[in-house]
Amino acid sequence: MIEIADVHKSFGHLEVLKGVSMTVERGEVVSVIGGSGSGKSTLLMCINGLEPIDAGRILVDGVDVHASGTNLNHLRRKIGIVFQQWNAFPHLTVLENVMLAPRKVLGRSRAEAEAIATDRLDHVGLKDKLSVYPSRLSGGQQQRMAIARALAMSPDYMLFDEVTSALDPQLVGEVLDTLRMLSSEGMTMVVVTHEIHFARDVSDRVAFFHQGRIHEIGPPDQVIGNPGRPETIQFLKSVR
Amino acid sequence: MHYNFHWRPVLQALPQMLAGCVVTVEIAALATAIGIAAGVALALGRTSANRTAAGLALAWIEFGRNTPGLFQIYLAYFGLGSFGLHLSSFAALTAGIAFNNASYLAETFRGGLRAIPATQARAARSLGMSGPQAFRLIVLPQLFRIVYYPITNQMTLSVLMTALGLTVGLDTDLAGVTQQLNVLTYRTFEYFSVAALLYYLIAKAMMLVSRLLARRLFRY
Amino acid sequence: MFDATVSLQDVLFMLHGAGITLLLTFWAVLGGTVLGLGFGLLRATAPGWPSLALGAVLDVFRSVPLLIQIILVNAFAPILGLDLSAFTIGCIVLATYGAAYCTEIVRASVLAVPLPTRRAARSLGMTWWDDLTAIVLPMALRVGLPGWIGLALGLMKDSALVLWIGIIELLRSSQIVITRTQQPLLVLGIAGAIYFVISFPIARAGAWFERRWHDQ
Repeated sequence: MIEIADVHKSFGHLEVLKGVSMTVERGEVVSVIGGSGSGKSTLLMCINGLEPIDAGRILVDGVDVHASGTNLNHLRRKIGIVFQQWNAFPHLTVLENVMLAPRKVLGRSRAEAEAIATDRLDHVGLKDKLSVYPSRLSGGQQQRMAIARALAMSPDYMLFDEVTSALDPQLVGEVLDTLRMLSSEGMTMVVVTHEIHFARDVSDRVAFFHQGRIHEIGPPDQVIGNPGRPETIQFLKSVR
Repeated sequence: MHYNFHWRPVLQALPQMLAGCVVTVEIAALATAIGIAAGVALALGRTSANRTAAGLALAWIEFGRNTPGLFQIYLAYFGLGSFGLHLSSFAALTAGIAFNNASYLAETFRGGLRAIPATQARAARSLGMSGPQAFRLIVLPQLFRIVYYPITNQMTLSVLMTALGLTVGLDTDLAGVTQQLNVLTYRTFEYFSVAALLYYLIAKAMMLVSRLLARRLFRY
Repeated sequence: MFDATVSLQDVLFMLHGAGITLLLTFWAVLGGTVLGLGFGLLRATAPGWPSLALGAVLDVFRSVPLLIQIILVNAFAPILGLDLSAFTIGCIVLATYGAAYCTEIVRASVLAVPLPTRRAARSLGMTWWDDLTAIVLPMALRVGLPGWIGLALGLMKDSALVLWIGIIELLRSSQIVITRTQQPLLVLGIAGAIYFVISFPIARAGAWFERRWHDQ
């Protein structure tokens, strides 16, 4: 379970998170929607400790992410994250990209890591690209590879940070399909997205972010289908 | 033109000159290796938060880039004597070239580090890698590719710079051996044109080897 | 008269050497730039093998140590029956050496001007010459100037090598003062400072141009 309690975070004078609280249960898919710069992506970075927080608390399975004694490298093994920019490692083949962390972080043997990586790449439909370098892949394929790379660590949670925003429109579908597949398999997911229809389809709950705060959170039929707050109505109008 | 060219003695001296080529390449390789190590240290020092380290690194880099390489060799050969440090011609030449290499390579490394997006290290950290692991497995290989050609280029320039050993009396490298032969016979043009040819061949061979190596090293 | 300290006269002597260094640099840069412009335009516009052949010949000057080139020309001039001063020889070698580098700077800068821009100019009815002087060269200048400044500074530093054929430029004059005073560190410190004062501001200006034009 991910428990976020009254988290504050500033970059310089700019306060991007102004007291955010929410929980994500095991097996749940929570989508986070809201305008650009509303702090959604920053929240994801704070969940796996890539960004420090100024106040509040984030617990993952009861472990305080930002406590000084927490081994973040250890914690990150069970929290996969996929970024807007897919960040393929350009000097490694697709297979090596996915094998690297299981080998170097989890200490798996080469054969074990290769078996895991092949399995995950097969899962996201890239089995025929194993020995290719990322520069030869389309954006959608690179993004699916990044998902496989995170999955290879067998994480308990997956965080997705606007994973389709940098893609050409015709490539968005293949990545969303991959996310759908993961949610149907019961993966716990936090999905920051601009794809409102997708959020409505797959989410158990939707959180609406505005100016560093969660203004509304609940089932998609409520938040997207029948929003109660004027800010939410305004936002949904602007993206439709 | 009333000059009679004499090539036979030069051909007879070829084995000596080839032995000089080996010394030349040795000095260049040594000066490049030291230059890389010092260059990395300078690049890190230049970007360090420690003001003294940053200032010293900057001073070295700017001094190295804004004075002649020959001057730096002179400084090692004549200047260090004031500190009671008397370097041999070989050591002074190597030190001078290495000092010069470091100043140029430092900026290469600094630029290379900046060329790798911070998101690469971030992606590596998000997979649970430690900071040093992310640097070693993700940043360093990409940095190596960026600085590979500048390094091989600097090494070729180092080969050409070794000829300056003449001015501090080095007599074992290609230029030095050639000069030894020259003062015995005064067939300056013949001996030095063969030396020029040998330098050219060394430079081209190094470029060829570095290209072939790059094709094996960088498949992406 | 045998005074082992560095006197004002010594410093003036070294400054005179610095003057010779600058004079050598001037002729080397001038000759190198004129030749380099011609060869560079030829390299950029001439088709196929003539351009490659010229490139290969100029590459020789960049692949043989400059000191060896100085020694060779110094030895070859009398063979040809030419009675050239050491200074002239120094200028000739430095200028051809500079030309070899300048050619590549000019070529790369001209080739950096996008073909559509040139087509647009020609489609407006400009002649080949108009296109070259009004469009290509001004645009190429922006690309090439930082490299050219670097080349000029490189020639200034490389001009020290002519001390081998007896020209008393800055470094050689320092050496003479060292022999007299036996104070190598002080004298070389002064020489280094003079080189630095000449080179550093120009290098900074070059870097400034590069940043400014790179961002646009």
